[in-house]
Amino acid sequence: MNGIKRIVTGLTAVLLVQAAPVVQADYTLNLRQGVTPISREIYDLHMIILWICVAIGVLVFGVMFYSVLRHRRSQGAVAAQFHESTFVEIIWTLVPSLILVAMAIPATKTLIAMEDTSNPDLTIQVTGYQWKWHYRYLDDEVSFFSLLATPRDQIENRSPKGEHYLLEVDQPLVVPTQKKIRFLLGSNDVIHSWWVPDLGWKRDAIPGFINESWAWIEEPGTYRGQCAELCGRDHGFMPIVVVAKAEDEYRQWVASQKVAQQSEQALSEQEWSLEQLVARGEEIYNKTCVACHQPGGVGVPNVFPPLKGSPVATGPLEAHINIVLNGKQGTAMQAFAGQLSDLDLAAVISYERNAFGNNTGDHVQPTQIKAAR
Amino acid sequence: MTDSIQAHADEKPAGLWRWVVTTNHKDIGTLYLLFALLMFFIGGTMSMVIRTELFQPGLQFTDPLFFNQMTTMHALVMIFGAVMPAFVGLANWQIPLMIGAPDMAFPRMNNWSFWLLPFAFSMLLSTLFMPGGAPAGGWTMYPPLVLMTGDAFPYLIFSIHLMGLSSLMGAINIIVTILNMRTPDMPLMKMPLFVWTWLVTAFLLIAAMPVLAGVVTMLLTDRYFGSSFFNAAGGGDPVMFQHIFWFFGHPEVYIMILPAFGVVSTIIPTFARKPLFGYASMVYATASIAFLSFIVWAHHMFTVGMPLVAELFFMYSTMLIAIPTGVKIFNWVSTMWRGSMTFETPMLWAISFVVLFTIGGLSGVMLAITPADFQYQDTYFVVAHFHYVLVTGSVFGIFGAVYYWLPKWTGNMYNERLGKIHFWCSVVFSNLLYFPQHFLGLAGMPRRIPDYAIQFTDWNQVSSIGGFGFGLSQLIFVYVVFHAIRAGRKAPARVWDGAVGLEWSVPSPAPYHTFQEPPKLADGQLQSEGV
Amino acid sequence: MSSVNDRYYVPHNSYWPILGSIGLCALFVGFARVLTGENIGSTLMVVGGLIMVLMLVGWFGTVIRESQSGSYNQQVGRSFRWGMCWFIFSEVMFFGAFFAALFYARVLSVPWLGGEGSGFSTHLYVWPDFLAAWPLLQLPDPSQFDVAKAPMAAAGIPALNTLILLSSAATVTWAHWGLKAGRRRQLIVGLALTIALGLLFLGLQAYEYRHAFTDLNLSISSGIYGTTFIMLTGFHGLHVTVGAIMLMVILGRSLAGHFTPLGHFAFEASAWYWHFVDVVWLILFTFVYWL
Ligand code: HEA
Ligand code: HEA
Ligand code: HEC
Ligand code: CUA
Ligand SMILES: [Cu+2]
Repeated sequence: MNGIKRIVTGLTAVLLVQAAPVVQADYTLNLRQGVTPISREIYDLHMIILWICVAIGVLVFGVMFYSVLRHRRSQGAVAAQFHESTFVEIIWTLVPSLILVAMAIPATKTLIAMEDTSNPDLTIQVTGYQWKWHYRYLDDEVSFFSLLATPRDQIENRSPKGEHYLLEVDQPLVVPTQKKIRFLLGSNDVIHSWWVPDLGWKRDAIPGFINESWAWIEEPGTYRGQCAELCGRDHGFMPIVVVAKAEDEYRQWVASQKVAQQSEQALSEQEWSLEQLVARGEEIYNKTCVACHQPGGVGVPNVFPPLKGSPVATGPLEAHINIVLNGKQGTAMQAFAGQLSDLDLAAVISYERNAFGNNTGDHVQPTQIKAAR
Repeated sequence: MTDSIQAHADEKPAGLWRWVVTTNHKDIGTLYLLFALLMFFIGGTMSMVIRTELFQPGLQFTDPLFFNQMTTMHALVMIFGAVMPAFVGLANWQIPLMIGAPDMAFPRMNNWSFWLLPFAFSMLLSTLFMPGGAPAGGWTMYPPLVLMTGDAFPYLIFSIHLMGLSSLMGAINIIVTILNMRTPDMPLMKMPLFVWTWLVTAFLLIAAMPVLAGVVTMLLTDRYFGSSFFNAAGGGDPVMFQHIFWFFGHPEVYIMILPAFGVVSTIIPTFARKPLFGYASMVYATASIAFLSFIVWAHHMFTVGMPLVAELFFMYSTMLIAIPTGVKIFNWVSTMWRGSMTFETPMLWAISFVVLFTIGGLSGVMLAITPADFQYQDTYFVVAHFHYVLVTGSVFGIFGAVYYWLPKWTGNMYNERLGKIHFWCSVVFSNLLYFPQHFLGLAGMPRRIPDYAIQFTDWNQVSSIGGFGFGLSQLIFVYVVFHAIRAGRKAPARVWDGAVGLEWSVPSPAPYHTFQEPPKLADGQLQSEGV
Repeated sequence: MSSVNDRYYVPHNSYWPILGSIGLCALFVGFARVLTGENIGSTLMVVGGLIMVLMLVGWFGTVIRESQSGSYNQQVGRSFRWGMCWFIFSEVMFFGAFFAALFYARVLSVPWLGGEGSGFSTHLYVWPDFLAAWPLLQLPDPSQFDVAKAPMAAAGIPALNTLILLSSAATVTWAHWGLKAGRRRQLIVGLALTIALGLLFLGLQAYEYRHAFTDLNLSISSGIYGTTFIMLTGFHGLHVTVGAIMLMVILGRSLAGHFTPLGHFAFEASAWYWHFVDVVWLILFTFVYWL
């Protein structure tokens, strides 16, 4: 039975290694300590409970393996016939109960602190979409989508993977340090879950409801996370990046965002040539639509329709504008009216009607979209 | 008694048709066990697809949607197709033998319970070939995502209805058999523990399966008939589904472990040659676990944003389960203490069960700590937890039971050396497979993803290698069973010298009909009395 | 052989179960095909349904014949009783799921959507115009639904139906007394009355549904109020139908002189089932119609 013993010592050793506090930044076996007071509290809680569990394991397995080694027939052991002992039974009911109480007390404290979302310094509304995140700064009228930025070539193994493979976005969530940030989490379609390990929690984004949580980030830095609730095909591809900046830098960033959004607005008022629209449309398509309708507009059979040769993308323009603006209830096709500007909608529709061999030659101006809204 | 057995042997019909129309509990038990094995292989093959894709970062073999289909179907097939039917098969074979009954209480209904399953699973597996593919919303089927399933959707719902019906009838049969068919000499508090755990399990099934049937019916009406149970726009709530689902789902996980507890409580005293330390407390612990299992469901939902009081309540009630489960663990250990142990294959499975299940249980207690679960939830830490309790718990329990009773069923001994090889390969590889998943989860790898950030590569590779090894080891098992049937040494009636219980009083293999007359119990024939 | 009276009756091989599996599978596959809009769905459903009827008639017929031929002893009777009790318990849990949905909506989700408790932000940011009320007529997002005009009143037909079901519980008990005392006429009259009351209930329920659909525009798709209303009363109605069919079979068997004052499990089972359906109605009447 040396085998069993070896395994158990092996296992315990691994468990101990896991618990060892010496962990490197990116290559970790253990929970992250994180960068908020709460995340540290959770880390401590986790460590306490882990050690209690390890101790219980060592004790129970120790007794058992002692018995396995000593009380075996090949060693000449004769079976004792004792059984039932109320005293022993009371002990081994009582002791675990006490241990559990000892675990519950710090857990309760931390939990109560976590649930207190009152008196925030700023509020950010986070909305999950298949498969991207939308952020809205309620105090500053700034909002944008945040999408996976890893190139498809890396995902499909055609080029080497970067350092932050799958954990990089086009536009990160920027937040100030040393502020109580309240997050309001909701969803546009299915349930998602917003999780940044360094903040210490994840919280589900549920369509039709708003969940609240908060964080107080101590230090500037970049913190990465992922959607943590199965939300369909590209659930594994909707990362979260939070960039924490000192207060004044954060303010500057907000100001620059506002300027950028205004100039964006002005673009929608202009007339655009077909080439310009198609070029811009391709970019939008590759960012926003490609996850479902696929490169080349070929779709996924029976799940996402192809746009190549699609009756909608080659038929009457109104129907095409309509489905892109309003989506289709009960399917994954979402309403893009609130997601894209008039210009971007015009561009992506023009692109779809002139790419993948769809040669309608149609040329949609932002003003047409505005009228169709 | 021999006469009547002889007389009845004539009734045994021949050919394949026998298996379709049989009302014999032993035939039906065999059918259940073979079906479970087949499903274990099918579900296992799906998990091999998962592990292959996860061997490296990047998308190599599967479309992400197909990956999600594999995850979903893997779990449904393993839970409803492999583990549950395997335990029902054990119940069918053993309960009448252990309580001295001629058969199950409702033999015809017993046949129906089984024969619904092949139909249910044909329906479920056929969805793999449908437009839009198989269900891909996870085995937990959360709306609104699951409502976007393609044509597979109604087949998913109806196959669950069929499985539910099968389990329900099976459970009613078992519970009535236990309550009404025991030999008059056997009061409840002298039943073998395997029978006790099944009595409680059957109760859990009857209470939980209809709730699952109800909640999937709501999914169906939400999708096709415009109801708004899970749609906030009409006053419903997607989270309502989760509450009702987990009200079923948590008892369901104990449905899959309690019979294994019974198996271990049977095997350990046999090979320690010592009575179970605390029979009565084992019974009470089982009942407490069953009771608690109905008030802890929302520990799967800590992150959905419940009110604080609810989170506290579900945290405390979940932690409480550690107490009766601890009572069981301590009982097994003290049964081994100062025994005279030998380590035949069934005992090896039982001992590894105690260790590995406890590891899974302890990670369960970690998950129960709400604030920490905000980090663990939906990561590979959870995957590691439930595979420890389900694979190295339930499945190891099933293997132990099969090795323990196989000689009684077939009349032949299995090959001890091969059995041990199967065991050691399984233990080593399953730990290689699941232990690293704890690290992955803590380091931040979410579950249900086909591709991952590069820092998770190493442990995923270890885990995949463990997975392939564990899968291949199961081929040894098939060979062991085949070999035992074909070429095994003849087994005596009492296969294990330390074994107690009525099943050992009939010859091996057990005759087609046993206990036409209720048997009298000799001294020392029961678990609660000692050897 | 096995039919000796002091031995438990173990039946021989049976074709009914496999027929039942085929029938049920055909029924479900047919239904699924109807739902996904593929052809031969409805045909398959009809075939499956017919097979199920055949199977049930055949299976129960066999059981009745075995019982009449004296194959069963008291222990078998006890098994049947236990079996029925646990079956009814499972039905309780099934209804429990739907009542849970009702209470969840009434006590939690609707108030949250209206801004109570932890729903403050939900109300403010997602459904600012929504007013929580029960029965819920004004929905969070009316544009997706066929909104109902008025709730279903408790007075009138529902109250009458309550009275009808309660009296039917009395008549079935009265029939049972007749059976136990060997008063065949009382048994038959009692059963016939119970069935008549059950059918009357169903008729009124159907009338009420028409009223709901046409006058109130209240249907399964008019928000969570309509959803829970239709699902609960609908499943209850289905159970009344099943119970009434069971009682009709019992009536037929009573007319054929099947039961004895001591051995009449089938009667008891049907009566228990009827009482169960009755109790469900009382809870339903209280929480769906009245409060
Ligand atoms: C056989 C199946 C089985 C069993 C027995 C258990 C047992 C337990 N489980 Fe597990 N669980 C699952 C199957 C199972 N689970 C599955 C399938 C899921 C995931 C579902 C999904 O999302 O897909 C899950 C998920 C799950 C979660 C949700 C995680 C998440 O999604 O965030 C939680 C949280 O509380 C949990 C807790 C527990 C606890 C406390 C026990 C306890 O019963 C464990 C008790 C045992 C012990 C504690 C060890 C022995 C005791 C002692 C030695 C005594 C001394 C100990 C102490 C004082 C601590 N489980
Ligand atoms: C009783 C239940 C049970 C059992 C027995 C198993 C057994 C296994 N499980 Fe599973 N699993 C679940 C229940 C179970 N699982 C559940 C409930 C989920 C959650 C699903 C969800 O998220 O919705 C899950 C999810 C799950 C995941 C996470 C997927 C994800 O989140 O994306 C993984 C990944 O590694 C996994 C792996 C395995 C492996 C390798 C086995 C192995 O033990 C299987 C070993 C068996 C075989 C391999 C078959 C026999 C051998 C052959 C066929 C020979 C050929 C072999 C080779 C070619 C190597 N399972
Ligand atoms: C999350 C998945 C998803 C994304 C992202 C998405 N679509 Fe779709 N799209 C769908 C689905 C699913 C349908 C099919 C709806 C149905 O069943 O009719 C669809 C249908 C369409 C159609 C009609 C095609 C036809 O032949 O019926 C057009 C046009 C379209 N989408 C354009 C777009 C554009 C433009 C974008 C990006 C700005 C986009 N889609 C992004 C999922 C998506
Ligand atoms: Cu969004 Cu997973
Ligand atoms: Cu649970």
